[in-house]
Amino acid sequence: MNADTTTVLPALAEALVAGKVRTIDLTHTLDPDFPVIILPPEFGQCARFRVEEVSRYDERGPAWYWRNFTCNEHTGTHFDAPIHWVSGKDLPNASVDSIPVEGFVRAVCVVDCVKEAAADEDFLLTRDFLVAWEAEHGKIPEGCWVLMRTDWSKRSAADYLNLRDDGAHSPGPDASAITFLIEERNVVGFGTECVGTDAGQGGHLSPPYPAHFLLHGAGRYGLQCLANLDQLPPTGALLICPPLKIKNGSGSPLRVLALVEENSA
Amino acid sequence: MTEAIKRPRRKDPQKRTVLPTLPPTSRSRRALGFTAAAAEGRFVLQKCDDCEAVTYPPREACPKCLSMNLNWRDMPEGGQLIAETTIQTSTNVYFRERTPWRVGTIALDVGIPVLAHIHGDVVEGGRVRMIARTDKSGQGVLMALPEQETANMTDDKQLRELTCDPKIRRILITDGRTQLGQAMAQAVSSAGAATVFVGIAETWRPFKGADSLAAIPNVEVMALDVTDTVSVNELASEIGGKVDILINTAEHVRAGGAMDRDGIVTARDEMEVNYFGPLRLIQAFGPGMRFRGADGVNSACAWVNLLSVYALSNWPAYGSTSASQAAAYSLSQCLRGEFHGSGVKVLNALFGPLEEDWRQHLPPPKVTSEGLAKAVVAALQQGLEELTVGAVAEDFLTRWKQDPRVLERELTQPEGA
Repeated sequence: MNADTTTVLPALAEALVAGKVRTIDLTHTLDPDFPVIILPPEFGQCARFRVEEVSRYDERGPAWYWRNFTCNEHTGTHFDAPIHWVSGKDLPNASVDSIPVEGFVRAVCVVDCVKEAAADEDFLLTRDFLVAWEAEHGKIPEGCWVLMRTDWSKRSAADYLNLRDDGAHSPGPDASAITFLIEERNVVGFGTECVGTDAGQGGHLSPPYPAHFLLHGAGRYGLQCLANLDQLPPTGALLICPPLKIKNGSGSPLRVLALVEENSA
Repeated sequence: MTEAIKRPRRKDPQKRTVLPTLPPTSRSRRALGFTAAAAEGRFVLQKCDDCEAVTYPPREACPKCLSMNLNWRDMPEGGQLIAETTIQTSTNVYFRERTPWRVGTIALDVGIPVLAHIHGDVVEGGRVRMIARTDKSGQGVLMALPEQETANMTDDKQLRELTCDPKIRRILITDGRTQLGQAMAQAVSSAGAATVFVGIAETWRPFKGADSLAAIPNVEVMALDVTDTVSVNELASEIGGKVDILINTAEHVRAGGAMDRDGIVTARDEMEVNYFGPLRLIQAFGPGMRFRGADGVNSACAWVNLLSVYALSNWPAYGSTSASQAAAYSLSQCLRGEFHGSGVKVLNALFGPLEEDWRQHLPPPKVTSEGLAKAVVAALQQGLEELTVGAVAEDFLTRWKQDPRVLERELTQPEGA
């Protein structure tokens, strides 16, 4: 063990207690009425979050309150493992229980697309946009997470999904952005505030659902339904996002946290 | 002439709610044949298959020839009121609370006299039309109505004890996202409902007809998802004390049986809506309705289950959905038992294939949403507990009554339907 590792963590622990490093919750509450992705009704559907009381200090259990909950692996703020998509189905260690845990704690870059998403609900994040972002904030470091901030999490439930008769309308990345992040920056994952990592109309892009198809095909991860990205600096924060260890899990609801140095936000 | 019923003033919060009491409940097993027919709105009497004598009240053997071959047969409804009296008091608590009460003797056109409740507009010596209905104790009784329609006829105090008229009542329709839910809201509103609460699940998903639904008079759109216990309980906390009629329009229908389905996710969705949905509604709204079964002219009075007729016998083409509807049907029987003594009726409306997306490929004749809604409102106005809607369902029910085992064999043939 070298000297650095024995000083970094005690210093971090001290900074956390002193409030010099803040912990930000990037998670929506698991709520039965939180939107989930809607697929054509012929396909299997994503289960909503549901709770059933087992007992509440009553005849079913006099001193304790507990509940059964049910949901999909992709309900609420959740993690997508490579095995989630057909392009990642044959990769090794691609389910939530077998992914190396290192990727769950990484630096995070936050790309501000708020203005663009407000102007165009179908806004697509491109390679050029990322290159321009780097010109301002520096090169995206290898092995980090990249989150697309749109303030979509602040929308009302109906406007969040923004479903119309031609499908959902919400921003997301195009293939050039994802290819750039994987091949040229080697990120560990990509996350959004919307219900999926792909744009609402992402099924009409090439390839369809480029974030899902390309990220997972390359063994990278996804995060979606994130909140509070407005509290993160463009660079310098640390993301903590370990999914539940579900056997052969394609993903999982999870608590996503970020550590932010007080003067950096 | 009957005085038109008016919406009552707001309740005095210091006054105790009147608890349900019951007219006489006991019937012999034989006599339940009359009750079962009355629940369908049919007027039947026992007829001897040997000597053709018609008899009343129910008996074990023919009083004329002592044959045991007495069977319930549909009877002509006509008759004449030959004697009447108005009861001023009674030792039975139910009637004691409701006097004065008219009863009389009717000479039926079929040739025998019967004792019956008498509508206020029937005059002595006048012609009458007999109806058989279940009363607050769930037992079949006879009532004589004027032969011709009179003004405000359905508002008669004694008749309204037998019916579940939506007029001035507050109705909960559990799912307004569908054409069926919207047609039902329109139908009860047109029938004079004071308030039509309409449940909408997942307001974050747009649905067709949202604007026209909100524009229906007396409609109040409420958040309700029958698959979510929390949501059901929250709505019951809010309006559970003022739901007089609950109409469960939520359904989840998918084609396919058991073996040709991959996994149980769809079946679970079917059970969540079709079985656990009503179960949640019963637990949340049932106790309040049971308590309010005698709460004045707008008492709680009816629980309406809309069930595919394949609840009675499985149709493998929709085998998994049929199974969930069979569960719902069985639950409705439990509910009927649990509502007994409350005066709240359970109306089961069995319908044939509905004109909607998930049954789009089925051939006509189909039941329209409007047709089903209209039939349900009419059944409530008549106080029925059993309703069959559509040619397919009527034919199905006839075959089911004849021999459920034969029907099962028909349905499970390759061409069964």
